Amino acid sequence: MVKWVNGYTGTRVKGFETRSPGYPYTRRPANPLTLVSLHTLYLSVLFFSVTISTNPLFNHKGEFMSRTFKLLTLVALIFSSLFGFSSLSYAEKTKMIQIKGSDTMVNLGQSWAEEYMQKYPDRSVAVTGGGSGTGISAIIAGTCDIAEASRNMTSGEKAKAEANGRKVKETTVAYDGIAVIVNPANPVSKLNIAQLGDIFTGKITNWSAVGGENKPFLILSRERNSGTHIFFLEHVLRRGKAKGPEEYATSALMMPSSQAIAEEVKSSQTAIGYIGLGYVNKDLKILEVAQAENEPFLIPSLDTVQDGTYKISRPLYFYTYENAGQDIQDFIQFALNPQGQEIVRTLDFVPLKKNV
Amino acid sequence: MEVKFSRPAHHRWIEFAVEKAIFGAGIISIIFVALIFLFLLKEGLVLFRHYPFTNFFFGIQWSPISEPPRLGIVPLILGSLAVTLGAVVMAVPLGVCAAIYIAEIAPGWLKDILKGTVEFLAAIPSIVLGFIGLVTLVPMVKNIFHIPTGLTAFSGSIMLAFMAMPTIVSMMEDSLRAVPRAYREGALALGATRWQTIYRVLIPAASSGILAAVMLGIGRVIGETMAVMMITGNSARLPTTLLEPVRTMTATIAAEMGEAVQGSTHYSSLFAIGIVLFIITFLINLTASAFIKRRK
Repeated sequence: MVKWVNGYTGTRVKGFETRSPGYPYTRRPANPLTLVSLHTLYLSVLFFSVTISTNPLFNHKGEFMSRTFKLLTLVALIFSSLFGFSSLSYAEKTKMIQIKGSDTMVNLGQSWAEEYMQKYPDRSVAVTGGGSGTGISAIIAGTCDIAEASRNMTSGEKAKAEANGRKVKETTVAYDGIAVIVNPANPVSKLNIAQLGDIFTGKITNWSAVGGENKPFLILSRERNSGTHIFFLEHVLRRGKAKGPEEYATSALMMPSSQAIAEEVKSSQTAIGYIGLGYVNKDLKILEVAQAENEPFLIPSLDTVQDGTYKISRPLYFYTYENAGQDIQDFIQFALNPQGQEIVRTLDFVPLKKNV
Repeated sequence: MEVKFSRPAHHRWIEFAVEKAIFGAGIISIIFVALIFLFLLKEGLVLFRHYPFTNFFFGIQWSPISEPPRLGIVPLILGSLAVTLGAVVMAVPLGVCAAIYIAEIAPGWLKDILKGTVEFLAAIPSIVLGFIGLVTLVPMVKNIFHIPTGLTAFSGSIMLAFMAMPTIVSMMEDSLRAVPRAYREGALALGATRWQTIYRVLIPAASSGILAAVMLGIGRVIGETMAVMMITGNSARLPTTLLEPVRTMTATIAAEMGEAVQGSTHYSSLFAIGIVLFIITFLINLTASAFIKRRK
C-alpha cells in the first residue's frame, strides 16, 4: 500500500499508460486528506522558516524573525489557504469518467463515449486501452471508473478489490465473436476445434495434416496481456478446462495487437491467427469452425453468436464500483439502450438482443 | 562608531542555500538509482521463495500463465543476445567507418552536417523507427529470404543498429578528434600515407574511446523495448538462426506487465527479469567507463 500525496491510499498504479497515447490528465475528486496533506506541506515550510530564522547561524541581529522570513511565512500561509480551497472547488467542477481496459473494446468504448458526450455536453469520458488485465488492475487500484474487460474478473481479483474497500459490479454490454483467420490464398476453409487446438499447441506442425499444402504453420497469437489470448487458450486449446495443461506452442508469435495479426495474415500464406469480429476485413479469410467432428461448420456472425451456436464467442463486460455516481450509471444505461447497442452492431460486435 | 565588515546576513544565507541545493541536485540522481535498484530487488527476489533459482536461470520454457508456471528465462536472454549481437555486428563497422570519415577525411562544412544528421537519428522516437520497420523492413526481409514471416531477430537487429549508430559514431568521433595533433604530424612526417596514419596511429591511440563507444551502443540496444516488441515476433523459443522470431527480455516485461496480477509469481518473475537486465546494462556501462578512464 502506498499513500500518495493527493491522499489516495491504494496499491501502486499498475497498467500501461505509455501504451495509451493521450492518456488524459484528470484531477480526481478532492479527498479531505488532500487538503490536510497540502496544509501539512505548507505548515512544514512555515516551521522550517521559523527554525532557520531563529538559528544564530543565519540570524546575526538576534531578532526573532528577519523581514525575509516574515514575508516567507505570510506567503506560505496565503498559499496554503488559497491552494486548499481552490483544489476543492476545482475537483467539483471537472469530473471525468475514466474508462480503461480491453483493447478489443477500445473502439467500442470510444464510440459510446462520443455519443454519450453529445447527449450530455457537460460530461466528459476518457477511454484508454492496454488490455483487460490492465483495466482490471486499474479498477482494483481505483485509478479508473469503468474497467472494460473481455474476460471475467477472477475471484482473487474481486477479493483484492474488496480488500481495497471497493465492491465491484459486473455488467454484460455486448458479445464478441472470435474469428479464426487465414490468408485468402490458403485452400483450407474448415477446421474443428480439436484441430485448432492441435495447431495452436504445436501438436501438429504442417498444413498438410489438415488438408492444406505441405508447409509449416505460422501460428499467430495475441500477447499474454490480452483477454483474447486467455479466452482462446481456455476455450480452444484447453477445450473449456480453464486450468488445463495445454499451452500455446513456443513457436507461436505473440503479436501486440489484433491489427498486427490481421496484417501478418494478409501477407503470409501459411499464417493462422485469431481476432475479434470487429477487426475482420476483406483481405482475410474466416475459417468455418465446428465444435466437434460431426457437428456443423459455422462461421461467426450476428446470428450464430447471439444464439450461442458459434462457440468461440464471449461476453464483453463493464466492471464498475457498486456505489458508482449517477454519471457512470447513466453511461452504462446508455451503452445498453437501443442507441448504444446499435453502435455495437455498427462496429461488428454482437448486440445483446436480436433486432435492436 | 561601529564598522561593518561582513556582508549582510541574507547574502550568507543565500550562499548556503544555493550550495546545498546544488549538492542536493547532484546527489539526487544517485539516490534515485539506488532506490530503483532496491525496489527491483524487493519486488523481484520474492520470486525465489516460491520458484527455484536454477529453474529460472536455466529453464528453457517461458509460459508464465500455465499451471504450474514455467519461468525459464534462457530463451529470453538468448533472444536479447541474438538481437543485440546482430545489431552490433551491423552498427560497429558502419559506425567506425562513419566516425573515421567524419573525424579525419570529410571537409569542414560536411563534417558538421554529417555529425548533426547522425546525432539527429538519436532524436527519432523508437516507436517511430519500429513502425517504419514494421511496414517497410519486415515484408522486405520476408521476401528476400523466403521465410514464412519477416518478424525476426534479424529485422530487429537492423532497426536497433540504426538506434545504436548515433551513440557509436558520435562518441568515436569525439575520441578520434581527441588524439593529439602531434601524432598525426609525426606519422605524416615519417612518410605514412593518410590511410596508414588512420589505421596504424589514430585508431590505436583512440582505441579505448572506440571500445567505450561500442559498449555504450550495446547498452542502448539491449535496453530497447518498443521497436523490438513490434518487429521481432515475440516468440519465446530458443533461437537457432537470426532469421527466426525471438522474444527479448525487455519486450517480455513490457508485454506482460499489464496483465500480471500484483504480487503473483508472474509479477515478481518480471521484476526478476528486470534485475537481470539491470545487472547486464550496469556491467556494460561499467566496462565502458573503465575504457574511458583508461584513455585519460
